[in-house]
Amino acid sequence: MPHPRCGPEDTPEQAWPDFPEELPDLPPSPGREKPPWWDVPEAGPMNQMQFMLLFSRQGKLRLQKWYVPLSDKEKKKITRELVQTVLARKPKMCSFLEWRDLKIVYKRYASLYFCCAIEDQDNELITLEIIHRYVELLDKYFGSVCELDIIFNFEKAYFILDEFLLGGEVQETSKKNVLKAIEQADLLQEEAETPRSVLEEIGLT
Amino acid sequence: MSDVVERTLSALPGLLGQHDLGAGPGGGPGRFSATSRLGGLIRSITALSSKHEEEKLIQQEQTNLKATVSAPTTTLRLMKECMVRLIYCEMLGYESSFGYIHAIKLAQQGNLLEKRVGYLAVSLFLHENHELLLLLVNTVVKDLQSTNLVEVCMALTVVSQIFPREMIPAVLPLIEDKLQHSKEIIRRKAVQALYKFYLIAPNQVQHIHDKFRKALCDRDVGVMAASLHVYLQMIKKNASGYKDLTESFVTILKQVVGGKLPIDFNYHSVPAPWLQIQLLRILGLLGKDDPRTSELMYGVLDESLRRAEINHNITYAILFECVQTIYTICPKSDLLEKAAKCIGKFVLSPKINLKYLGLKALTYVIQQDPNLALQHQMTIIECLDHPDPIIKRETLELLYRITNGQNVTVIVEKMLDYLRQSKEEYTIINLTGKIAELAEKYAPDNGWFIQTMNAVFSVGGDVMHPDIPNNFLRLLAEGFDDEKEDEQLRLYAVQSYLSLLEEEDTFYPQKFLQVMSWVLGEYSYLTNDGDPEVTITRLHRLLKQTFVTSETKAWIMTAITKMSSRLSCSKTVDKLIQEFSTSLDTCIRQYAFELKHLCENKELMKKLLPLDASCDEIMVDASLSFLDGFVAEGLSCGAAPYKPHHQRQEEKLSQEKALNFEPYGLSFTSSMSSSGFTGRQSPAGLSLGSDMSGNSAEIGQKETNCLKLDGVRKLWGKEGYLPKKENKTGKEDKTQPVPLDSILIGHVVDPPLMQSEQQVVSLSEEEKEKQQLASTLFVGLGSNSTMSLMGRADTINQKLKKKSKISESQNSEEASSFQNIATLPFSPLPDTTPNNKENFQGNEHLGLRKVSLSPSEVLETSVSFDTSQSLTEAGLDEKLSNCRLSTSSLFADRNIEVFQPPQNVPDIVASKAPLSLCLPEELAGHPHSEIVELCSCDILTVYSCKVWTDDCSLLVLFVANNSTSPLKTVNLVFESTEHFKIFESLSYHFPVIEAQSIERCQKCVQLEKVCTEGILSGSISYHLDTDTHLEFSLTFSLSDFIRPMKITTEDFGRLWLSFSNDVKQNINMSPSQGSLSIALNALKQKLKLHIVEIIGNEGIAACQLLPSIPCLLHCRTHARTLALWFRSSCSALPDSLLYQCQKMMAES
Repeated sequence: MPHPRCGPEDTPEQAWPDFPEELPDLPPSPGREKPPWWDVPEAGPMNQMQFMLLFSRQGKLRLQKWYVPLSDKEKKKITRELVQTVLARKPKMCSFLEWRDLKIVYKRYASLYFCCAIEDQDNELITLEIIHRYVELLDKYFGSVCELDIIFNFEKAYFILDEFLLGGEVQETSKKNVLKAIEQADLLQEEAETPRSVLEEIGLT
Repeated sequence: MSDVVERTLSALPGLLGQHDLGAGPGGGPGRFSATSRLGGLIRSITALSSKHEEEKLIQQEQTNLKATVSAPTTTLRLMKECMVRLIYCEMLGYESSFGYIHAIKLAQQGNLLEKRVGYLAVSLFLHENHELLLLLVNTVVKDLQSTNLVEVCMALTVVSQIFPREMIPAVLPLIEDKLQHSKEIIRRKAVQALYKFYLIAPNQVQHIHDKFRKALCDRDVGVMAASLHVYLQMIKKNASGYKDLTESFVTILKQVVGGKLPIDFNYHSVPAPWLQIQLLRILGLLGKDDPRTSELMYGVLDESLRRAEINHNITYAILFECVQTIYTICPKSDLLEKAAKCIGKFVLSPKINLKYLGLKALTYVIQQDPNLALQHQMTIIECLDHPDPIIKRETLELLYRITNGQNVTVIVEKMLDYLRQSKEEYTIINLTGKIAELAEKYAPDNGWFIQTMNAVFSVGGDVMHPDIPNNFLRLLAEGFDDEKEDEQLRLYAVQSYLSLLEEEDTFYPQKFLQVMSWVLGEYSYLTNDGDPEVTITRLHRLLKQTFVTSETKAWIMTAITKMSSRLSCSKTVDKLIQEFSTSLDTCIRQYAFELKHLCENKELMKKLLPLDASCDEIMVDASLSFLDGFVAEGLSCGAAPYKPHHQRQEEKLSQEKALNFEPYGLSFTSSMSSSGFTGRQSPAGLSLGSDMSGNSAEIGQKETNCLKLDGVRKLWGKEGYLPKKENKTGKEDKTQPVPLDSILIGHVVDPPLMQSEQQVVSLSEEEKEKQQLASTLFVGLGSNSTMSLMGRADTINQKLKKKSKISESQNSEEASSFQNIATLPFSPLPDTTPNNKENFQGNEHLGLRKVSLSPSEVLETSVSFDTSQSLTEAGLDEKLSNCRLSTSSLFADRNIEVFQPPQNVPDIVASKAPLSLCLPEELAGHPHSEIVELCSCDILTVYSCKVWTDDCSLLVLFVANNSTSPLKTVNLVFESTEHFKIFESLSYHFPVIEAQSIERCQKCVQLEKVCTEGILSGSISYHLDTDTHLEFSLTFSLSDFIRPMKITTEDFGRLWLSFSNDVKQNINMSPSQGSLSIALNALKQKLKLHIVEIIGNEGIAACQLLPSIPCLLHCRTHARTLALWFRSSCSALPDSLLYQCQKMMAES
């Protein structure tokens, strides 16, 4: 509702104010309150993965990927709690775990634990297979992968993960396609020294 | 796989030495490059033995890195290496925020390789609300336009992971272009990016739905699969809008299942399992409650079940999804049978993961098919004692779903056992809620109920949901219809608490103590034997405990006050007054003083604190009219009139704005109902204007502080709790402990049980025990015992009833608040006030809205009926067969119409209405939508039509009776939503609809909360042989509620200055949209704007959101862009209107 204010009665020459000469491209001014629907995605519960952690039997974190925005403090707390909980599980126990309002799906490969958090209504088994597919990809890329590969080349592990899972959803299910994308980018590594124009021709063929 | 990896190191440092030269045995690219700086860092960290040493080392490393990254001479190549090390530091848990900005720089300046690491670092370091992310936008825009595919891929990858929501418009057109890219990887990533946008800002991508359709039809499987993510979310939100795609999804799934996809997409020789699961989920959502759509997918579901036969996790994952889908959509018996068999396979599997999923599936389907639980009862019992807590937990969840009056004690016992062992807060909150719910619903007797709740309160402590104690107290206070029963319950509670408090120094959670003190204060008089002095002494003892918080102390003091009103004198009370009159806690001190004064005047005290009056309402004059004289006096003495907080703040804000130096306009009175505000400065206006809500809430708060004592009794409103009569009739029988054996025998009629009965002879003791447990757990389930099945149905009904009762009471509360704002109850307890305060404001607000609507606007017409009751009764049975026949043929006819080729606008999927439908004369003159079919079944069809009158949006519903017999008691009920308000009520009742005739009802719909589009759903139910229930939903968009506002340029200017919520945006115009006047006219027609004036290349327009929220638009064309500037008094309106404009411009 307008709250008309009383004041002197001399109306300005122009009936409405001028546009500022340079209209900013971005609408929101910092002080303005956004409407509620703006901030809350109306899409309801998302079936996407919340985060993925890789840690060793000793509880050392080897890889972390967060698909939901969280503060560093929260991330640390979650990691600590989860590593503890998962390591305390006995080998023959279920690969699934209820934790807060999330479902944790984990699997141990040799000395390394792969651990994903999903929503309760999501399919746990397929998540287990996502982990397995990721391990397969790592294995194929590194050639019988071991923990050391991931320790020393964690950025590669991240690149592979990003080609496979994007924003918490499976992006590409074809193993061949994922590795092709990674290899294309790696090809650049070897040519890193060559001038850029050549690089641009390579691209992705 | 694990065998391969098993060959990894066991002793890290030992192996490290062997890999010094960076080429490992596997020969993978760049294996263990321990010679690099990163390698060095990792190696030295692994060599360390203590956390402290690690900290020191990292600190040193970070200092080095800081110096390196900020040095101007550092090459990008070195920077890249630094970034990798920073990522490593962060992973170890050491914050390295100094490097964030350099990660962005690296992404911006580096060559491809460096850029890749830069982007990776950014995506790992920053979250999507991080402010530094804004600096990345330009880089992303540049890379999106690059001719190098790798760069484009990287940019799209980062956008799909993190992107600032408010920057979406900057990249959206670029990404949309990429949907046409020749490379499938680019198209796929573009879809993925748009999916991300859809998740974080669904409104921004609404206009590109067509493009998603194109992606769905993409020749590349990956692109198609990516588009399914978007569709899953969109369908989740609004399934009815995508029904036309069902056949496409079914076809795709058929192809996938049939192995038509390239072999690359196979996973362990199962074709594209991820794709299958995604499709199954979508189908489940589409087929839910929709028999026609479900019909389309039966075939493919059957095939999916059949094809998934390899014994591998992945096939089980698909099977699980299939089962879920089959139970979600409209049931088909042979599919259900197969799905049930599948669940059996899971449940009986020796693999623990599969067993878990079996339990999960059982939990999901149990209410539809209780027999299934009977079949697997022995497995369930075994799982109840499973060593893995998660299996136990899921079993309890399952049992929770099958609880009834007969098995409640056993199940709750099991749940309490689990609860006592669990430490995790979330589990405790979850379980206590469930136990309290079950106890309230099915309690066999008073003793059990109170004991169970005691357990809940002691274990749940202060983490449980606050509703639990509140509901419990309300239940005690309001009771059932049987006064005697109520008293017994209260008496039992009092006795149990007294005995709990007998022991000294026992710790109880605060919430439990509060419950105890309230109950003792209210009802301790019920015990005849107990001396009130003893009770007071026990409470007094608590006051001195250190673990008792001051909030709890306030509850205890209140209880003591209440009790002392019934005593002529008490030493303990006197002692207490003395003790606490000097307390350092001011709150307690005040209580002590109040108590002291009240004790001096016992008559007043008795009047103030009557016995058992917690449910009586107290009249409160919320308008504070008795203060009018005082206010008038103050004003006449020159005091400034009162301004509510928000007005003061607004004025303060507007003073900071440069614009406010302009002269103020006069108060504006046009079609808007601003009359309520003109009187705001008079004291009497206090009880009228919108500031009222804030005002009275504040006062309510004040009242609370000094009226706490008698306020306690008022906490619980009159309505809201369901007297459980049905439950009670059964209670007598249930309380008798039935011999277990007899139950066992009573239930072995079921075939699977029969088997087990035969085996009983050879059963061991332990197994017998299990059998007995089973018989107590599963009593009242299954189809063999019609009695108990009925009982089950009853309980479901009861649940619904309880809910509806609550909402009903809320409605009536609201209604009463409209009539008499002054009688609104206060809720004085400190922990409950916030909630009630909100309600209070809410009510007030509604009241106001209501007032602003003149009675003539509220339309609810019903056409008169010529009922002939006798006809309905006679020959109903006979007619029934006829009518079935005729309707089915009718149905068949319509069928053809319904499955029209898919159209882009989801609303028009429904078939057109028969010609005989028409609007009544008084409405036909107004603009209105087409009459479309909303929902239908054999018996009746509902059509809808929107009529846009000047002052409201009317929804006209036609209900056609297709059958040959009259329909009686047809009820139409709308679901209440936050977005819309429906006048007068949410429901409409047709006493009778004659055979083959059409009845009509109309409702005025108002937008309660601004949104661009919302769904209004409801259901229609009728009785013919059985009760039938039909659901429908329809979409309303913002433009349905927008009307032109006819004002002059001067008024526009004044209003413009008074509004603070504004939004500006530039929109590109296509050449066809041409000049300003063409664009404005288009907007005028689509959005129902009133064009106030056009001067040169600038124009102003005005509209209002019904009933009367104005919104102003100032626009200007420059070159090919249209600059739009919206202002309104409502903060959400400009954004939403802008979105509508964008959508409209994009469409035209």
